[in-house]
Amino acid sequence: MSARDNILQRLRERSSAPQPAPLSDFSVVTGRQWTAEERVAHFERWISSVHGEIIHCRKDNWREALVGILSDKGVQRLALGRTNDVAREAREWLGENSVELVDVDRDIGDWQREMFERVDAGLTSTLGAIAETGSLWLWPTPDEPRLLSLVPPLHIAVLDADRIEDTLFDVMSRHGWAEGMPTNALLISGPSKTADIEQTLAYGVHGPRELVILLRH
Amino acid sequence: MSQPVEIFTPQQFHRQAQDALGNPQVRANFRKAMDGLMVKRRDAFAEWQLEELRQLGANIRLRALSRLPDLLEQLEERCEANGIRVHWAEDGEQACRIVTDICQQHGARSVIKGKSMVSEEMHLNAHLDKAGIEALESDLGEYLVQLNEQTPSHIIMPAIHLNTDQISDIMHERTGTERTRDVDTMTAAARAQLRERFMAADVGVSGVNFAVAETGTLCLVENEGNGRMTTTVPPVHVAVTGIEKVVEHLADVPPLYALLTRSATGQHVTTYFNMISSPRRDGEHDGPREVHLVLVDNGRSRIYQDDELLDTLRCIRCGACMNHCPVYTRVGGHTYGTTYPGPIGSILMPHLLGLEATQDLPTASSLCGACGEVCPVKIPIPDLLVRLRREAVGEGEGNVPGAGVKRSTREVAAWKSWQWLATHPSAWRGTTGIIGKLRGLAPEHLGPWTEYRSAPKPAAVSLHTLIKRRRQEDQS
Ligand code: SF4
Repeated sequence: MSARDNILQRLRERSSAPQPAPLSDFSVVTGRQWTAEERVAHFERWISSVHGEIIHCRKDNWREALVGILSDKGVQRLALGRTNDVAREAREWLGENSVELVDVDRDIGDWQREMFERVDAGLTSTLGAIAETGSLWLWPTPDEPRLLSLVPPLHIAVLDADRIEDTLFDVMSRHGWAEGMPTNALLISGPSKTADIEQTLAYGVHGPRELVILLRH
Repeated sequence: MSQPVEIFTPQQFHRQAQDALGNPQVRANFRKAMDGLMVKRRDAFAEWQLEELRQLGANIRLRALSRLPDLLEQLEERCEANGIRVHWAEDGEQACRIVTDICQQHGARSVIKGKSMVSEEMHLNAHLDKAGIEALESDLGEYLVQLNEQTPSHIIMPAIHLNTDQISDIMHERTGTERTRDVDTMTAAARAQLRERFMAADVGVSGVNFAVAETGTLCLVENEGNGRMTTTVPPVHVAVTGIEKVVEHLADVPPLYALLTRSATGQHVTTYFNMISSPRRDGEHDGPREVHLVLVDNGRSRIYQDDELLDTLRCIRCGACMNHCPVYTRVGGHTYGTTYPGPIGSILMPHLLGLEATQDLPTASSLCGACGEVCPVKIPIPDLLVRLRREAVGEGEGNVPGAGVKRSTREVAAWKSWQWLATHPSAWRGTTGIIGKLRGLAPEHLGPWTEYRSAPKPAAVSLHTLIKRRRQEDQS
């Protein structure tokens, strides 16, 4: 018999009585009933506590805010998608800017080293966020591959305030995640960090050192 | 080297504990870390209905275990449908062969690894090394421990036994990094060293925190991003997991994740929560082209046979029981000499290795109950420790290999005689009378017992007689 059959058989032929399957009451992870303002406040509190930087802006002036960040942080090469709304608008605006735009909609095998060594920042859209933990919700796409939010030392994420929901449980159930998961789904809460050296916090150990969120109202 | 390389074994628990207790550096490193973690955990749950959440966590795990074989089949089916190849391994050896085969099929020379306790349990690195494949740990703590030729001393914080100076020495001696006490500088150096390795690796190996049967999704919890790198950059990703890590629904994940991060390090959330459901699809520009899942039994289906011990399979590997254990806090993780140290290790390892090798572990507890009280999925660790102690001396019926290994005929005979005496009043009186008269001959030393205590001396007159005399005096 194969290992698979042996293992399954041992599990099935358990001599003791069947294990109970207690009911699960999920109310403790849902039902927060926060108002829109409370949601934003929770989100800001938690993501700030893990070193995420929030820049409030309006939907009609977020690109000015983006330009501000790029110059503040000295970004010269910005990687971004092409077809999603955030990337399209950013590209229009940054067209005449001094920042060099790096296309990410191409096979990473061809330009991995460039991505790892020469890109200063990655700009991504987000699908939403979670107030309770200060987490961004991203499903990478061909337009915005996974490494865009991981490899460059600065990750700039654009988030609409009305897409913040209360809890992870709420996000998963309301948006029907279980009916179709993407290749890779991600929650991101702050920049990459470690406390492995005597519990001292250090940022950017493998991923971005900084996470800036443009929160559009 | 800053620290001599030592091999730790569970058989040497007592000697290793002595050594650790006599090492002020180790004691200080653990004490400092664990005290901080206890406070952080408490604060992290301050705004939560903790009991309700723990109950939910326990129920979710129990429900998953009650349907374990069905869920494993469902997980396999969903993963395969998503394009993830599923493999089954009866033990660590077989699991290592599966991983090695996958590597060899791709002509792999170098493997980059995310943190995985199951791979430690399997001794995967040594196995790959024998096959001529280099495996490099990418979690910073694991990387440091690997550079120092050690094993992790904690399941969440592998390098917690080392302090900044020691780490600086290790990095200097092994990688040429300039000596410094600046943690940012050291972290940046490690980042640079490992980035090259991510790009060069042929295969990425990771663990799994939760495997979701409903959707065929592998969930990975981490702060550093090394897990994301490992599962994204190399062309092949191999995830290894114990068969107990499966949960039924995606909706089961949020409560477990909430419990895990807060219990482990007192964080309200980790930086990354990574959910992988398939290899790179057509049109996608990054991510591995192949994803494999290795389901490892390694004794777990035997644990599954026993209603009481089955509770250990609920564990979500948060490490809170270690952080709160007065024994672990003082002796540190290496002392246990096993993959999983601390309270959970003391109940899990006897199943996996047998009681012959691990007989001292269940006694490495004051039974203060802290481990059971903090466990996010309510595993009754103290009860299980007591049960294993019983089995070690041959009491009760168990399925743990090596039951009865600590049984001593002298001890059994002594207690039997005691029992007989205590239930036969005249024999009791006669014997205690004689012992009282011969009290001058009582030994001063009684083995280890008298190392820190003075030996008991029989009273000249028994309590029984004293009370009798008192009563007579009162009446007269
Ligand atoms: S036994 Fe409980 S407290 Fe210990 S690691 Fe497992 S889940 Fe955490």
